[in-house]
Amino acid sequence: MRNPRRVWRPWGAVAWLAGVLFVLPAAWMVLTALHSEPDAATNPPSVAAPLTLQGYAEFFGAGTGVSPWPPLINSATASVGSTVLVLLLAIPAAYALAIKPVRKWTDVLFFFLSTKMLPMVAGLLPVYLFAQYTGLLDNISLLAVLYTSMNLPIAVWLMRSFLAEVPKEIMESAALDGAGLLTTLRRVVAPVAAPGIAATALICFIFSWNELLFARVLTGVVAGTAPVFLTGFVTSQGLFLAKVCAAATVISLPVLVAGFAAQDKLVQGLSLGAVK
Amino acid sequence: MTARTIPAPARRLAGAAPAGGASRAARWARRAPLLPALLFLIVVTQVPFAATLVISFLRWNALDPTHRGFAGLDNYATVVTDPNLRSAMLTTAVLTASVVLVSLVLGLGVALLLDRPFRGRPVVRTMFIAPFLIVPVAAALLWKHVLYNPEYGLFNGVLTAVWHAFGGTRPPQPDWISTMPKIAVEAALIWQWTPFMMLILLAGLQSRPTDAVEAARIDGASAWQIFRYVTLPHLRQYLELAALLGSIYIVQNFDAVFTITSGGLGTANLPYTIYQTFYQAHDYGQASASGVIVVAASIVIATFALRVVSSLLRKEYQ
Repeated sequence: MRNPRRVWRPWGAVAWLAGVLFVLPAAWMVLTALHSEPDAATNPPSVAAPLTLQGYAEFFGAGTGVSPWPPLINSATASVGSTVLVLLLAIPAAYALAIKPVRKWTDVLFFFLSTKMLPMVAGLLPVYLFAQYTGLLDNISLLAVLYTSMNLPIAVWLMRSFLAEVPKEIMESAALDGAGLLTTLRRVVAPVAAPGIAATALICFIFSWNELLFARVLTGVVAGTAPVFLTGFVTSQGLFLAKVCAAATVISLPVLVAGFAAQDKLVQGLSLGAVK
Repeated sequence: MTARTIPAPARRLAGAAPAGGASRAARWARRAPLLPALLFLIVVTQVPFAATLVISFLRWNALDPTHRGFAGLDNYATVVTDPNLRSAMLTTAVLTASVVLVSLVLGLGVALLLDRPFRGRPVVRTMFIAPFLIVPVAAALLWKHVLYNPEYGLFNGVLTAVWHAFGGTRPPQPDWISTMPKIAVEAALIWQWTPFMMLILLAGLQSRPTDAVEAARIDGASAWQIFRYVTLPHLRQYLELAALLGSIYIVQNFDAVFTITSGGLGTANLPYTIYQTFYQAHDYGQASASGVIVVAASIVIATFALRVVSSLLRKEYQ
């Protein structure tokens, strides 16, 4: 037998090296955000330059007076609002699919998935015209509705795979005891499916928070979201690297925190529940 | 439109309906929870596509609204012969294929590394996930301005530092985005999508039956033989799933192209081109016709994707 320690050690070193190289751009972003603008734009790079919060101060409006809070709040509203709406629609639908009441239930399931595969950009123009005629342009609730449709297929697939694991016997005995759909959902299904609901919410939140195309086309000064706000930080004059890095870090922070906190759920969500 | 994309195996599975006997009212009661989501999706996703289809047959320019009318196939004729759209199709295919392939290979390598126990593995795993959790437009800005910038970007900065360390005086300072625009966009996307591939493949590796690996090892199989004849066949469906899901997302990529090159230098893909037609030219008919063509192309990809997912689903019920 070979000594496992001697075999594994070099692989561990390779993995560490690759990991450090891979995370380097992200780490450099965090470090640059803490440098002054002149230090951020030197060649060769000033790794050990003194740290400052100037970039963050400017992101939060020092000097320009432009507050990042409205776009951040817009993003939070659209993401949280659409996530809640997704869950309200997806949980009953997934419940119906998981207990297979409908003939051709897989057809329904695949219909949900196929809507995710059609590029949303192809529907952009009718949505824009609709918003124009109804006065919903630059309105955050329209974005929330669109993000709901973007995430609903994923949520239904995910929730179905979680609810399929709820023991049938429990649901049957609940039905025998005369519990209605809402009671069954709340008392029987919810406790078992709570981790799945959390994972679904996480994925929906991340995708909504990241979205740029629809936000850019359909919002303006009032309902602009954080990704749209971020693109405005690039100026043709003067230095902006530290500012942009600070902005990018702050705007990525909710996704980073949520993603790291639920690493295991991430893979389940990204594979639409196909990988457990 | 979407019903046709359902692969045959799924249909066969669908035939296995629950034992009948329930009354009509009861069946509707069980169906009811499904309806809100279904209606919502049809209204918000299918109706716009139908509208796109209708508009694609119209002569409709926002700057010339009195001239609106039926155009027949004129928009398609314009769009199909438009060299921009044709180059956008090619760009989309090249961009998607190269990003998916490279990130799949890198993701497999990383997954194999992370499958082995070593000290600090959770930390390294977290480091590998980080790029995927940076907001895509933030990542694109990071690559464009902080890494690629020819004067003070990190890449050229490192080249300078390395050159000076070895006594060189004139380090090479390439203008990355102008000299290799496609590779510049692809590299940024590969950085973001390798973690996605890695996560799915790592889950596949960890679901690999250990007894088969053990048996092969006892039979004297080399590490390469175990990988080639035990691990790879098991990983096949995970590789397919990762590639197809990755394709769905990367085909639709807008952020990186928009941010890094603004569609210039031959990097405009289909989503960016449609965005541009609609935003700048205001020709609604042509923008819709290109939209319809993109949808048609997506249905082809989606059919393959659904087949793979349905095979996974079928396995679940075996």
